[in-house]
This record gives sequence, C-alpha cells and structure tokens, in this order.
Amino acid sequence: MNAVATDTTKAPRTSKDWDMAAIAPFVALALLLVLGYFANPNFVSVANLTNVITRSAFIAIIALGATYVISSGGLDLSVGAMVAFVASLMILFMNSGAVADPMLMLIAAMMLALILGAACGLTNGLITTVGKIEPFIATLGMMGIYRGLTTWLSQGGSITVRDRELQQLYRPVYFGDVFGVPIPIIVIFVTAALAAFVLYRTRYGRHVIAVGSNEEVARYSGISVQKVRTIAYVIQGLCVAVAVIIYVPRLGSTSATTGILWELQAITAVVVGGTALRGGVGRIWGTICGAFILEIVGNIMLLSNFVSEYLIGAIQGAIIIIAMLVQRTLMRK
Amino acid sequence: MSVSAPAAASSHAIPLLEGAGLSKTFGIVEVLKDIGLTVRAGEVHAIIGENGAGKSTLMKILAGNHQPTRGELRIDGKPVSFAGPVDAENHGIVLVHQEILLAPDLTVAQNIYLGRELGNGLALDDRAMNEGAAKAIRELGGDLDPNAIVSRLSIAQRQLVQIARVLLVPHRIVIFDEPTASLTPHETEALLKVIRDIRAKGVGVLYISHRLPEVKEIADRVTVLRDGRLVASHETAELQPADMARLMVGRDVAKLYPDRQAAAARETVLNVENFDVPGYAQNASFSLRKGEILGFAGLIGAGRTELMEGLVGLRPARGKVTLRGHSVAFTDVHSSLKAGVAYLSEDRKGKGLLLTKDLRTNLTLASLGKFIRGFQIDRQREAQALDTAIEEFDIRTGTKNILAGQLSGGNQQKLLLAKMMLLDPQVVIIDEPTRGIDIGNKEQIYKFIAALAEEGRSIIVVSSEMPELIGICDRIHVMRAGRIVGEVEGDHMNENEIVQLATGVKTGAGEAA
Repeated sequence: MNAVATDTTKAPRTSKDWDMAAIAPFVALALLLVLGYFANPNFVSVANLTNVITRSAFIAIIALGATYVISSGGLDLSVGAMVAFVASLMILFMNSGAVADPMLMLIAAMMLALILGAACGLTNGLITTVGKIEPFIATLGMMGIYRGLTTWLSQGGSITVRDRELQQLYRPVYFGDVFGVPIPIIVIFVTAALAAFVLYRTRYGRHVIAVGSNEEVARYSGISVQKVRTIAYVIQGLCVAVAVIIYVPRLGSTSATTGILWELQAITAVVVGGTALRGGVGRIWGTICGAFILEIVGNIMLLSNFVSEYLIGAIQGAIIIIAMLVQRTLMRK
Repeated sequence: MSVSAPAAASSHAIPLLEGAGLSKTFGIVEVLKDIGLTVRAGEVHAIIGENGAGKSTLMKILAGNHQPTRGELRIDGKPVSFAGPVDAENHGIVLVHQEILLAPDLTVAQNIYLGRELGNGLALDDRAMNEGAAKAIRELGGDLDPNAIVSRLSIAQRQLVQIARVLLVPHRIVIFDEPTASLTPHETEALLKVIRDIRAKGVGVLYISHRLPEVKEIADRVTVLRDGRLVASHETAELQPADMARLMVGRDVAKLYPDRQAAAARETVLNVENFDVPGYAQNASFSLRKGEILGFAGLIGAGRTELMEGLVGLRPARGKVTLRGHSVAFTDVHSSLKAGVAYLSEDRKGKGLLLTKDLRTNLTLASLGKFIRGFQIDRQREAQALDTAIEEFDIRTGTKNILAGQLSGGNQQKLLLAKMMLLDPQVVIIDEPTRGIDIGNKEQIYKFIAALAEEGRSIIVVSSEMPELIGICDRIHVMRAGRIVGEVEGDHMNENEIVQLATGVKTGAGEAA
C-alpha cells in the first residue's frame, strides 16, 4: 500500500484502514451475539433474534435516512417528532372515512404517509439550505413544531384507529410474515438494499458523499450543494414515513409521546455503524448493524441478570462513546 | 557543512546557533540531507530554494517542531535537542510563521498575550496587556489600537501583531518564514525595516524567501537549498539575484517553459465587458482568442481569483460575457462547465479535490453524467478513465487505490487538470497552476497547458509568479485593487513592467479609461 508518490508529511492513510472502520461494527455485533449466548443461551434462539430484529425495524429504517442526512453533512433532530406527527395524521385520515373500501383506504393512507413524510423532510431541507440555518437549530425548531402539532391533534391523549375491519386488515403489516420472515424484517432489508444502491451506485449518492466530504470541492465541481442536501432530508422524511407505515399497525394508535428520543437512537445507530458525523462517509449496512446492536444490547440486559434494565439508556450512551473512540483509533493509523 | 564552515570561522569564533549534518527522513523520503548552517548574532541569514527544497523542514527542525533524523544542533557551541517548539523558545529561538496564526475574534492585545496573559492569578490585567501590546507594536514601527479586533485588520497589520506576539518571548534568534509572501511592496519595505531593527539589537535572523531582490537587500549571507541539499552558502555581496536563481533551480531557467509559437490572430472565444464582482473586481473587460494563453498578473488581493470565480458563477457578479458569440451569465459552476468553461481553483486541497477520497472518485466527480449507465455509475468505465488520465497526465502513483490527499502537490494538480479535462472544456481557467509544486512537475504542467492551447483550447492562467506568466503566456493582463490596469505583450512582457503596473508605480491605459 505504500506508494512512491505519497505525501509523506502526513500520516499515511490507506484505504485498508477505512475498510477496518467499516468492518468494526459487524465485529462488535458478532461479539455481542457471543456475549448474549453466555448471558442466556435462549438469546440466540431464532425466535428471540427474529423478535429483536423486528423491534429494531423503526430505528433501523429511520437511521437509513439519517445516514443520508449525516453523510451529506447535515443533521435531523426532528425525526422522532415527525414519526408522531405523520402517524397521527395518517390515523386521522383512516378515521375520516374518506375512502369507503378498506383496502383502498389502507393504500391511500400509506400513500398519504409517504407524501407527508416527504413534505416534512422537504420543509426541514429548505429551512437548512435555502434558509441557511444550522441543521441543528433548524431541526430542533421543527422537532418542537411537529411534536406540538401532534399534541394538539391528539389533545394531549392518543389517536386510535377506530375501524375494526381496517385494523384487522392493517395488522399483518407489522405482525405478518412471508415464509416465516416477519414483514418488518423484510422491509428493513429491502429499504436498506435500495438505500445502499442509491448511495453507492448512483450519481446522487456520489454527490451526497462529495458534498459531505467537502462542500467547496463539490460546488467547484458543478454540484448543487443545496439540492443534494435538500434531497437528503426528503429521503429522511420518506424513511420516517416507511417506519410509520409499519409502526401504526403495531399498536393501532399514537400519542403525544410516540417516537420520543428516536432521533437520538437513529443518530446513535448511524454513528455506531461507522458513518462519520462530520459527513463524507456513509455506511448503509453499518447503520443497519448499529440499529441491531442497540436493540440487542437492550435485549441482553433484559434476559440477563447482571445489569438492571433500567440502565439501558446509560449503556446505549456508553456504546456511542466507545464506538467513536474505536472509529477514531482506526482512522488515525 | 563544509561550505559554511569557513564562512563561520572568518568572523566570530562561536556562532549563536549551529546545525551540523542535519538530515530528516519522512518514511522512505529523505527531505533534508546533511545540512550545515550557522547563525551569528546581529546578522540576517537568508535561506532560499524552490518549493520542496526543504526550507520549511529545516526551519521546523530549528524551531523544535521536528527532530532531525541525524545531525546535531548547537547553541553557543553546546549541543542541544528540542522536545518541541516551547523548548526551542526557552532557548531563545522563535519562529514567525508564514500563515497568520491569530484568533480573529480577539483583540490585538489579547492575541499578543494569548497563552501568557498577565494578571494576578484570578483576574486578567487588561490595562497592562494593552500597554504592553501598544509598546510592542510601536517598537516595530507600527501604529495599532491594542483593542482593535484582529479580523478587521489588514494582512500586513495582522502580520505585525503576529511578529509582536513572537517577539514578546525573550529571543536570540528569530526565524521569518516567507514573511512578505502576501505583502505589497510598501508593506514589505516596512517589514524589512523591522527586521533591520531586530538585527541591530544583536539578534540572529533567519530569513526564508523566494523573492530574490528582497533577499539581496536584507541578507548578510545567503544559503541555497535544492532537493534537500545545501548547494551553496555565500556572503550576499558575492551574489546577484540572477546567480541565486540559477543556484536555486540548478539549471538554465529558460528551459523550464515550453517553446510556443505565437498564436495566430484567431477568432475571439470569450469576450468580457464591464464585468463587476462586487467588493472584489470592477469594470473588467478583456477578450480571449482561440488557442491563446492569457495571463493575469497582480499582487495577492488584487481580485484576480475573485474575478475568475465571478465569471464561472461562483460569486455574484454582473457584466456582459459573450462566449463564442452567445451572451452568457453563469450563476453556478454547473452552467459554466456545461458551456465549456472550466475553472481550476488555486486552493487545490480545499476546493479542488476530495483529499479523503480515492483518485477515481475525484477524477469523475465533475463529469459523472458521462459515466452513468441506466441508473448506475459504470465503475469499469471510471477505472478506464483513471488509467487513461494517469497515462496522459503522467500522474505518478504507486497504486491506483491511493487517496487524493496522499498524492504530492504536483500530482494533485495533474489529477485536477485531468478531472476538468474530462469535460472537454474550450476555455480553461487555471488559478496558480504551480503553487507548491516542485520544479519537475512544474515543467510538465507548463507542457500540458501549452498542449491544451495547441489543441485549440483557450487558456487563462492566474499566477503570482511572474516568470511563469512571462514564460507561457501570449499576453498578460495586470490587475491592481480590483481593476485591470494594463496589458503587456511581446517585448513588454518583463517583470519590471508587470511589477510597475501591479504596484501602481506605472498606470496603464485601463485606468485612464
């Protein structure tokens, strides 16, 4: 790897090291599975793992969008509130009886969720790009707005799907399976495969990485930085909508507290997965891995007796810090 | 060291600072080899050399930033070794950096005392610091309010603050690293006076510069480095700037530039009239012919870069631009690239290349549209394009899987050139094409530029290196303070003429209008 013409004044950094950083989360996941086995042999049962992965679906899918936003150099704190907001409107629409046929109603509601998600993402994107407001502040503000609107829509309580027939029809989207594989797991992998294709194989994906890596270089290369970033927020919104579509049938209702702190979990999954928070590196499968790690840690704590499950938050916090330390060590070599 | 030893022996017995057999290796590359150097009290010793000759590395060793791989440093004849810059400062060696390293939001006094604030341990003594700062600035012949915020100062004023800050440390040796690179002649003169004052106090001064007339003026002795070796060390009186240049380059400088036939009077490709880039350039008018190389000379801050950036849509601008007979107004780089006008930034590392990405990604970034099949990027075609570019532009790299940041400056420039040439632009604007590039690569880049013109493309070269402009351009426009103040062509293309226009000693036709 040591080329002749390298700039020797800087520490040589070869593509090999980057590969190490990419593999790290998967190694961590494998270690966690081994640890889980010793904590409680039931942990590695197919039933338990399937269950855990299914539950990670919401965060995993939201985190896919966050991977785009973060690797383009942005940040979206509003996703948790956006879940609650989009879900509330979706249920209100289903309760409105605007479409008589339950099947058509369900399809229309799902389309509506996607449109709302995209619109919310577009709003976030335009405020940060055209409005030139720091993503942290812009999406912090939008978080308050989405959350506040949800609380108002639900009048502080919850919003429930009223139509029984519709509920029954919708239930399998979360609880159903295809050849034994739960639908949420299928959704995770299909969405991730699509996200990976777009990020790694298309012109837009290359532009996302370029913009996050160095905005000026992108601009001087004729790339519209604003457009690339705005689209990343729209993708984030669409991912939130997909998460909502599989979330709503789980309980059949939402409340003002739906999705609280999900934004932090999504960001954690992204960072644990090896995506750089400063932008320029995006790892789709790493993100999925990060989401699994978060859920599995919680599950191991529940199944074992070493640590109180009330400490889950603290452990997750420790994970993100450890992940950052590992990442930095790997990249510094 | 054998070269400098006799000189040292001729005056004082023990020099203030002495380096013997200094060598430095980074990885497998030897950047300095066996350098012997002395600095005496009350002298200015200039170190000159091309970019990459090892001047900066040598200075960093003397200032404690680097440890020599081999060799010894002596102060007053006693061997020393520095653990870091602070250690060197404790021995009285201070370095005035080339870049301005100040906190822009703090005041002059706060910057001067940064890290060594005066106070009673609890509260700061602002009054004492302001007085101290004002005194330090005055001693340097300056006049600055110690309460002024640094971000509002000019480059020359900031440099004065930086020097005042450095001189606050008790010092016996001051190293100036290319201090005049961004100064006007007037400011340079003021700085040289400061340096003479420092010398008069018996301090040893090491002075690094490319500007040979200035070196001739200020230095008592000159040491020339080339490719990491000491090639000569003389009393300044024995050398003329031309001799210095020959020693630096190590060959006949004229051969650096390709032979070009004067471009025949061909059709105008680009015509710019009354072009304004608010705040940077006013009322610029010029035209560019097919196959021509047009130079833009001027001092740093004359508005050349901003004019070009305004032209390709990187900055808000207004004016009449005609490209091959069609009126155009670019609002972003996408539109200018599409129209066949490419701009290569002077800031290769910050605006030209993604340093942490591989060569392939960098090469195709601006022209990805050409590598799309269906929805996908065709990586195989990208790889082929990289192979072609590496061959065509002679990008020297051991492996293709290297990151762009790992290439040497010259190879980065070649990659950037290759990246833009994938778009097949008819007008190529190259800003500081050889900044920070070693001589071998320089020669190649001049050849590429000449070849592009030969192919019928029209080239604009913005450069602060006058010999380079004179060597490759058909015509040169000179800018000063945001205006094109003159045009030189043919026999008038000489440094003297350009400097006079750039500094305002001579006013050109453009200003009368």
